[in-house]
Amino acid sequence: MVENRPLTAILTHFMLMLGVIAIALPIWITFVAATHDAARMTQVPLPLWPGTHLWANLKQTLFGSGLSGTEGAPVWLMLFNSLAMAMMISLGKIGISLLSAFAIVYFRFPFRMTCFWMIFITLMLPVEVRILPTFEVVANLGMLNSYWGLSIPLIASATATFMFRQVFLTVPDEMLESARIDGAGPMRFFFDILLPLSRTNIAALFVILFIFGWNQYLWPLLITTDTSMTTIVMSIKQMLEAAEQSPQWNIIMTTALLAMVPPIFVVISMQKLFVQGLTETDK
Amino acid sequence: MAEIKLTDLTKSYGPTEVLHHVAGEIRDGEFIVIVGPSGCGKSTLLRMVAGLETVTSGEIRIADRRVNELEPSARDIAMVFQNYALYPHMSVRENMAYGLKIRKLSKAEINRRVEEAADILEIRQYLDRKPRQLSGGQRQRVAMGRAIVRDPQVFLFDEPLSNLDAKLRVQMRLEIRKLQQRLGVTSIYVTHDQVEAMTLGDRLMVLNGGYVEQFGTPIELYDRPASVFVAGFIGSPAMNFLPATAEEEGMLLPSGIKLIAGVGQRGPVLLGMRPEHLIPDAAGPIAIEVEMVEQLGANTLLHGKLSGTDHAMVASVSGHVSAEMGTAHRFSVTPELLHLFDPETQKRLEA
Repeated sequence: MVENRPLTAILTHFMLMLGVIAIALPIWITFVAATHDAARMTQVPLPLWPGTHLWANLKQTLFGSGLSGTEGAPVWLMLFNSLAMAMMISLGKIGISLLSAFAIVYFRFPFRMTCFWMIFITLMLPVEVRILPTFEVVANLGMLNSYWGLSIPLIASATATFMFRQVFLTVPDEMLESARIDGAGPMRFFFDILLPLSRTNIAALFVILFIFGWNQYLWPLLITTDTSMTTIVMSIKQMLEAAEQSPQWNIIMTTALLAMVPPIFVVISMQKLFVQGLTETDK
Repeated sequence: MAEIKLTDLTKSYGPTEVLHHVAGEIRDGEFIVIVGPSGCGKSTLLRMVAGLETVTSGEIRIADRRVNELEPSARDIAMVFQNYALYPHMSVRENMAYGLKIRKLSKAEINRRVEEAADILEIRQYLDRKPRQLSGGQRQRVAMGRAIVRDPQVFLFDEPLSNLDAKLRVQMRLEIRKLQQRLGVTSIYVTHDQVEAMTLGDRLMVLNGGYVEQFGTPIELYDRPASVFVAGFIGSPAMNFLPATAEEEGMLLPSGIKLIAGVGQRGPVLLGMRPEHLIPDAAGPIAIEVEMVEQLGANTLLHGKLSGTDHAMVASVSGHVSAEMGTAHRFSVTPELLHLFDPETQKRLEA
């Protein structure tokens, strides 16, 4: 559809700019707020241009006690917690769903389809729905305030299993037969052929799952009471309510800025594989 | 070294039997082509020999060893698939070496074998490319290279040329044949293309609906087809069939003409004559009303009907022949080149 009417051109550009502003302005404000000192942030009007305190704020946020006047964990520890949780969730999800999809696609066992549909039905049961029983289980297993408790209940994934099932179904049968003639056993086939063939899909899924894990809010809030286990996403909310003082916007915004960095890094570094994984059909 | 013996082989999927009591012996170093229309069970038979399909009953022996229960990798075979089934993420070298690596051969030995095979197939310069960077013909060579490096007792080919264009197919056909003769490895080749079958095979196994119709050399199949199916399947254009009645002094054609042939038979028969055996002869007994002319250059195909009847006939005449639509052309045929079949059993009747 190629049109060359100036009015439409202006209109489309206007809409696009509106969209960019809607997305970028909050990030800009966050960035600006992270570059001023606490005093400036309490004055009206709010600054719209960067100040000079970025490094000082970063240093205080990362390695100081964060918010002054609270006994919260330092932000670097929260970043580490979030990173550990997101990595465990995404790698765990990928590992488990790869194996279950492998079992469902390549093995004939009794109640194979029943298993598949049972996995599929868990799509309807995200953590938010089963939060009380899951909490009970995790508490009884003594996993409160641990990385295991943070990640394990979120690991089972119907979506990823389903996706890998579809990926494996596109691998031609001859590939398996050829591997059998070459003498490769099931696990050998899995590691030597299937894994490399699903490389791009794994990368695409990793990006999505990492961000899913990173953004977890409700579950970590529920099962971590120890401040040393706090994740960065929940800490931002806690900082707002910290003590009976006015929020220290410069520190909060610096934290928010830091919370954005790892997902951005993951997306950018995986971008090429991510796009391939979602678009490539050739096996 | 490696003869293959199939004894009373059947294959069923649930209650439906798709292969019925297939038997045959393949000598060492022979090139056997299994040919038949799609759905006749030829690929199933090959995959049973490969070990990719289970055997319902009967026995497969390779080099006098029962292999029914053996894994494909333990049968000492190599297979070339229709879509080549190359591992897309491995280079040509890795593709060829994969099976050897699993068998834990030494690196030096693997390299030696891969390079030797690459030299035979002239793909040495592609060894470090990925399959997707190769053309169809080159992929085909790699697939064969993967079979060669394993130094198997049996090669199995599952329609390996059907993804290539016509010209390349003819070329690869010759190469496969030369290669097989050079290596002397017993081979089974599945195809639906009868020309491919005729040119490649030492012997052909014609399958139809899960039954072996005939198992013999290409010339045997052409000269003495055992059934109507084989007669119609082998040879191009296909054989003409006419219902006829055998009488004392000859064969009564539906056009009312008598042919002096097939003495010794009585009653209704199915008369077969190959289009290329019809000789133009102004005084010949067979008159064909021409409906369409196909000029192939070297020869001309006259399509039409037997005069006065509705029976379609084709005659293949060498050189260029021009024929008006609707005109009758007369042909004669040597009695020895006629084939007689029983209209009931569809089997060949010996004169």
